[in-house]
Amino acid sequence: MSANNNAPLLQLEHIGKEYYGNRVLSDISFSIEAGEILGLVGENGAGKSTLLNILFGMPVIASTGGYEGNLYLDGKPVHFTSPNQALSAGLGMVHQEFSLIPGFTATENILLNREVLNGSLMSYVFSDRVSTLDRDAMRHRAEAAINTLGVHISPDMTVSEMPVGYKQFIEIAREIDRKNTRLLFLDEPTAVLTEQEAEILLIALKKLSKQGIAIVFISHRLSEVKELCSRILVLRDGTLVTDVPAKTLTTREMASLVVGRESSKKEEAVEVEIPEQPVEEENINETLGTTTLSKKKKKKKPALKVEHLWVDMPGETVRDVSFEVQKGEIFGIGGLSGHGKLGIPNGIMGLYPAGGKVKLFGKKLTLNKPRAALSRKMAFVSEDRRGVGLLLDEPLDWNITFTAMQTQGRFLFGIPYIFQMRNELAMAKETKKFIESLSIKCTGPSQKAGELSGGNQQKVCLAKAFVLRPDILLICEPTRGIDIGAKALVLDTLKEYNRENGTTIIITSSELEELRSVCDRVAIVDDGEIVGILPASRPAEEFGMLMMGEKMRVALEYTE
Amino acid sequence: MVRKFFDIIANNAVPAVFILISAFAIPLSGFSASYLVQELLTRIGRNSFLILSLLIPIMAGMGLNFGMVLGAMAGQIGLLFICDWGIVGIPGMVLACLIGTPIAIILGIFCGHILNRAKGREMVTSYILGFFINGVYQMTVLYLMGWIIPITNPNLLLSRGYGVRNAVSLSGIRAVLDNLIPTVITNPEGAKQFLNVNGAGSFFLIQLPFFDGTIRIPLATFIIIALFCVFIVWFRKTKLGQDMRAIGQSQSVADSAGIPVNRTRIIAIVISTVLACYGQIIYLQNMGTLNTYNSHDQAGMFSIAALLIGGASVSKASITNVFVGVILFHLMFIVAPMAGKNLIGEAQIGEYFRVFVSYGIIAIALVLHAWKRNREREAARRSLRGGNGGKA
Repeated sequence: MSANNNAPLLQLEHIGKEYYGNRVLSDISFSIEAGEILGLVGENGAGKSTLLNILFGMPVIASTGGYEGNLYLDGKPVHFTSPNQALSAGLGMVHQEFSLIPGFTATENILLNREVLNGSLMSYVFSDRVSTLDRDAMRHRAEAAINTLGVHISPDMTVSEMPVGYKQFIEIAREIDRKNTRLLFLDEPTAVLTEQEAEILLIALKKLSKQGIAIVFISHRLSEVKELCSRILVLRDGTLVTDVPAKTLTTREMASLVVGRESSKKEEAVEVEIPEQPVEEENINETLGTTTLSKKKKKKKPALKVEHLWVDMPGETVRDVSFEVQKGEIFGIGGLSGHGKLGIPNGIMGLYPAGGKVKLFGKKLTLNKPRAALSRKMAFVSEDRRGVGLLLDEPLDWNITFTAMQTQGRFLFGIPYIFQMRNELAMAKETKKFIESLSIKCTGPSQKAGELSGGNQQKVCLAKAFVLRPDILLICEPTRGIDIGAKALVLDTLKEYNRENGTTIIITSSELEELRSVCDRVAIVDDGEIVGILPASRPAEEFGMLMMGEKMRVALEYTE
Repeated sequence: MVRKFFDIIANNAVPAVFILISAFAIPLSGFSASYLVQELLTRIGRNSFLILSLLIPIMAGMGLNFGMVLGAMAGQIGLLFICDWGIVGIPGMVLACLIGTPIAIILGIFCGHILNRAKGREMVTSYILGFFINGVYQMTVLYLMGWIIPITNPNLLLSRGYGVRNAVSLSGIRAVLDNLIPTVITNPEGAKQFLNVNGAGSFFLIQLPFFDGTIRIPLATFIIIALFCVFIVWFRKTKLGQDMRAIGQSQSVADSAGIPVNRTRIIAIVISTVLACYGQIIYLQNMGTLNTYNSHDQAGMFSIAALLIGGASVSKASITNVFVGVILFHLMFIVAPMAGKNLIGEAQIGEYFRVFVSYGIIAIALVLHAWKRNREREAARRSLRGGNGGKA
């Protein structure tokens, strides 16, 4: 350790990584000194997790062809091939999701697999595993680790009974207890904490760094990063775009670095198509005696009105969401993954347990029943194309007409409820129509959906939704996993469909740029709640600020 | 509060129902207290070891080890050999254990490897695996023994010259463990009678003036069972036990902490299988006859039923559950036929009842387990919803 005193604790030199010819990291170089706190920020897919995987020697890296560049620990080159090697070299990792055992006490969790053992004769005969545990010594060590953090948690408390914030501390205590931990990586440690808990955590981290432990703090909450860290690294699209002292950046600058769009793009986005306002609704309001209100302020009945919606979708929990979508509008829902943006459409369609109020053209929608949503002329394109969206082993015509057949009784002949058969001719005809209009590349209506490429499968999903002739179309991740050419086509199709039929479309996507180019307004979801709804013409960094947890509620009325 | 009360009831519903049924059935059966106590003591000695062997896999999160019949078969093979060789008494039992152990270890490793490939479906897998190994066992015993595997005792073999008879008398080791330290509890009067009948042998005679009747206690068996309980308590305190508990609660967390999950699970199954082998040998020495093709079948099902009746669940079981279970289950066995006869004039009803009960209770336990797990998951989700989430 002391061989090279002036060498940095950890140094990265030209680190790069490709997954199957897809470059995810290129030329990352930076170094960390002992006791330094480094902030690492970046969007989803910016390469943060790949970087961590490389540093911790995760098997996935080696199995996909290793990485480029060199790692130096205390000035000596290292190459970890398993997480255990990295751990024993002094790297510690606190994961985003808790890896604690719920039924164990704090002590048992902190010392998991590092228990203090009583020596016994048996352990010579067999292995250490038949030695009994020294509970007292374990308790002392756990207490010491918890105390380093400056919090008060009883080491005998069971984890399942702890408030969420405590669990985070226990995770960190576990890493501290490892005597040689010198460099601690924290992946979104404050995501689950309340504000006070987060504050205590930041204080604890500062305390740790004073003891010489270097910390890499990964977070999307820029104000926390700014407060805690001495240096900030911004990753974008696999490259390191900034490595500067934290003082020199404002959170706004940081946000725009993270999102990373040049301001020249703003101008073209301003030209947003404004959908026609439905005239009959104005009349309704007039009859209600609201004519005294100025024309601009008058209340219209929205196509979709969501109030206090919660959705219990694993990994995409929606806590409390309210918004309105006007008829004929294209509404975007964006935000980082895992914050609940996908939960909103899935919850409205009834695919996951949900609660709250959803009104469709002023009438209440029954939640938790996909059938109810479908029969109200809503259509849904799932983000899980191969799982929920398609019947992979069935032909295209089945796929496209299936939902219409089930919920609207179309493409059938015979006597309803008694004896009905598929109308293969009508199915094929309809399918051919869509194959042509969406230019789906296939051999014909009888090809199996599973044999198509991702982009074409997505078009089939769209066709399946269009066949329903929906009033409202909900689309999740329309361009996920499809190539660039197909992306443009899918988005154009949506715009065109909106223009021609006046269909209200709600698009959920992780790609902010895509939302800004298609939508009229974009809502940003953070931590299960909508933190702001902005017209798409606003500059990208404003969206970036919202995504990065800057709590500024900019609820702009679109109609104003 | 209400929820808590409900939880207590829900957690102990099964033993409570059995206590209730027994409370009605015992007076109906008309058995004397000393008869019931004698029968219960015999059956506790007979069965507890088998049931205790189920505890360790439950601790490791592998559910009820239906694969314990593998161990039972290994024990029976050991017994067949000592019968053939004519080794009697305690040496016979020890030898049967020695022969059974390696077979049980091999079967346990095999079972463990298979269960590692069927994570989350251990119970149904081990159940079906029991059938498979039963086939191998039957082939060995029915065709190979006396043909390839030398068995010479004509009393063991079928008349055709190979294959073992359906019923094998274990007279050589019958009750040798139970009577190793002969102990009798009785009152002074009974003591006189007892000595008249049995002669002044080497008996531990415990005289209790108020005691009505005479009962024999299988003391040596109880000592072995007690040692086993001590072993389990000690085992829970070891590093290996701690690792198993960790794996039982979360395999992924245990894995990321560097605990060798698969290896530990195999160890759990091997321990259980070997102990089931010993358990079956103890069980059969008490019975005195080996039902070559059926004994092991019942061992698994009845042990599991008894454990569940004792209030254990698929994921949690204690030593207390074992003894509460064995007492309640066998109390039912003893009194149900007589109670049925006295009530309806039909002893069969009790027999039906006990088969119905043992399978029914396993089904209920599995359903309860699934229901509880769903409820826990629901509760965990509820805590995720913020704000107004809870009320809707």
